[in-house]
Amino acid sequence: MSSLDLLFQAPILSVQLLIDGILIGAVFALAAYGMALVWGVMNIINIAQGEFVMLGGYVALYAAQAGLHPFLGIPVAAAVMFVLGWALYRAVIFRVVDKDLFISLLATFGLSILLQQLANEVFSADVRTLSSGLGTIFLFDGMVTVSEIKLVAFVATLALGVCLLLFLKKSRMGQAIRATAQDARAARILGIDADRVYATTFALNAAICGAAGALVVMTWIIHPYLGLAYTVRSFMIVVVAGLGNLGAVVAAGLGLGAAENFAGFLLGAEYQAAFVFSLLVVILVYRNIRLGRQRKYLK
Amino acid sequence: MTTHGRNLVPMLAIGAVALAAPFLLPDYRIQLAFLWVMILFALTWDIMGGQMGYNSFGNILYFGIGMYVCAVVQRDAGFDYFPGLFIGLGAAAVLSVIVAAVLGSGLLGLRGHYFAIGTLGLGIAAGEIASGWDYIGAGSGMVTPVYPGEIGGRQTFFYFACFVLAVVTFLVLKRIYAGRFGLAINAIRDDEDKAEAMGLHTTRYKTVAWCVSAFFLGIAGGLVGNLIGFIDPRDVAFAGATYGVFMVLMAILGGKGTMWGPVIGATVFHVMQEVFWTYLLGWQRVALGLLIVVIVVFFPQGILGWARERFPERFGIRVETATDDADAR
Repeated sequence: MSSLDLLFQAPILSVQLLIDGILIGAVFALAAYGMALVWGVMNIINIAQGEFVMLGGYVALYAAQAGLHPFLGIPVAAAVMFVLGWALYRAVIFRVVDKDLFISLLATFGLSILLQQLANEVFSADVRTLSSGLGTIFLFDGMVTVSEIKLVAFVATLALGVCLLLFLKKSRMGQAIRATAQDARAARILGIDADRVYATTFALNAAICGAAGALVVMTWIIHPYLGLAYTVRSFMIVVVAGLGNLGAVVAAGLGLGAAENFAGFLLGAEYQAAFVFSLLVVILVYRNIRLGRQRKYLK
Repeated sequence: MTTHGRNLVPMLAIGAVALAAPFLLPDYRIQLAFLWVMILFALTWDIMGGQMGYNSFGNILYFGIGMYVCAVVQRDAGFDYFPGLFIGLGAAAVLSVIVAAVLGSGLLGLRGHYFAIGTLGLGIAAGEIASGWDYIGAGSGMVTPVYPGEIGGRQTFFYFACFVLAVVTFLVLKRIYAGRFGLAINAIRDDEDKAEAMGLHTTRYKTVAWCVSAFFLGIAGGLVGNLIGFIDPRDVAFAGATYGVFMVLMAILGGKGTMWGPVIGATVFHVMQEVFWTYLLGWQRVALGLLIVVIVVFFPQGILGWARERFPERFGIRVETATDDADAR
């Protein structure tokens, strides 16, 4: 493969790919943490996760077009998506939260199609991006370029992650969320309003995704059909990292970002999406084999 | 055997209408052929989704594989049209089943939700790979061979082919649901741990169930490829956003886990789609998502389940005699 040769002849290229990949990965980790939150607390796998990211991107885009500074788009997107998440919980999710996974999967699958097609009709299918107005940093005599917005996105992601962690550890609501995740029934007996916890969790997840989407629109591109890839990435990261382990989620997210970037370079950009979806299948098959081995031990 | 007698009349009626339809409505032969394909979609999705309780969002994979395999055999094997077509359909079925067996044994040891998301990736990955692979025409697609008969003969021929395939699918599924296989996959749906504890090889049953859907979907893919005449990797073969979603919707609309539910759902949906869709001016797919949410949340039983709850006395006798193949949840 010619691109592989290129990588060996110019090792500095792999530094470039690695840096870009890791900076992308942080945003994946953010969306994945939201998915893990909803999964852990409500036992719902939200297939509409990627659509939340996509909508957050559009909110930030239109906020910037209305004259706001691009960075202010991040909190605006988070706030709008929080409200939307709350509304979706009140309209749909609370009806399926106690049902089995089969129903909630189908319901979020329907939501995902609904949001995706709605975005397609309202925002048109064009590929959009938002210029942040930041420059580029050159490293190693200009061999490696890092656009500043990616660095900002990376830092913002980490800051958001820390805020989230503090919220979950310190605030009353955060503690209630964690208690519900540990044992929903015991939490209810101790007087925690499960419905409110669920609503907050789902809205919080939407807000996290909205913030991630605002970062995505500034660093890369958005279009209405972007969602599924983010859902699948989040799911992969959660499956690899496990529920409720922020460190592992971040590590898996960064690793996925780097792997994806290398694959995109080696296989060609047209196969990058195929790589993401195939990787999901590979991870699940691996998990299947591992679980199978565990079962044999149990015998 | 009373079940047979009671079902025979509607079946004969459907058969008579189906045989007369292409001659009564010659302009709509392609749409009518698609009606049978839609029924087949819903029935094959229901094997996993309804009877076994496993959401599969990627069954479209086998439809696409069948379509491409059939077209490649027709193009490269050098047979005449009809031998080529039938060998192609056979190859499509075999290859789909092989892929299902391999993927199934890899994925189906996992429980429902992991499997569901995994299948979500499968269909899209296949579409992406197909649209980058030059041997099968990459993004510009493939053209199937020209039908040798007179003009219009193609539509009639493939209409009857789709009709026969859908009927065979229905009868085969009815037969296997009535036996041990049907009981086993229903047991998996109801309580997988218990089914396993009872000594069922759950993974094997799940894989076989997936292979059955793959078999019929593969053949259907080959037929539809020839019916349309042009294969686009993302919009026809691996059309996850249309057919892939339709199968799920139609099965739950009619009533998942029943024998006639998918048939009713597919018919209602397809007629509705052909009649009203154009008035929605591009908002059809929005309506599609909304419809799924509304059905899943408010009418998880589907049309048949709703009718059964609403008019139990009308279904009273039928429910009793038909519990082996049409088990309400």
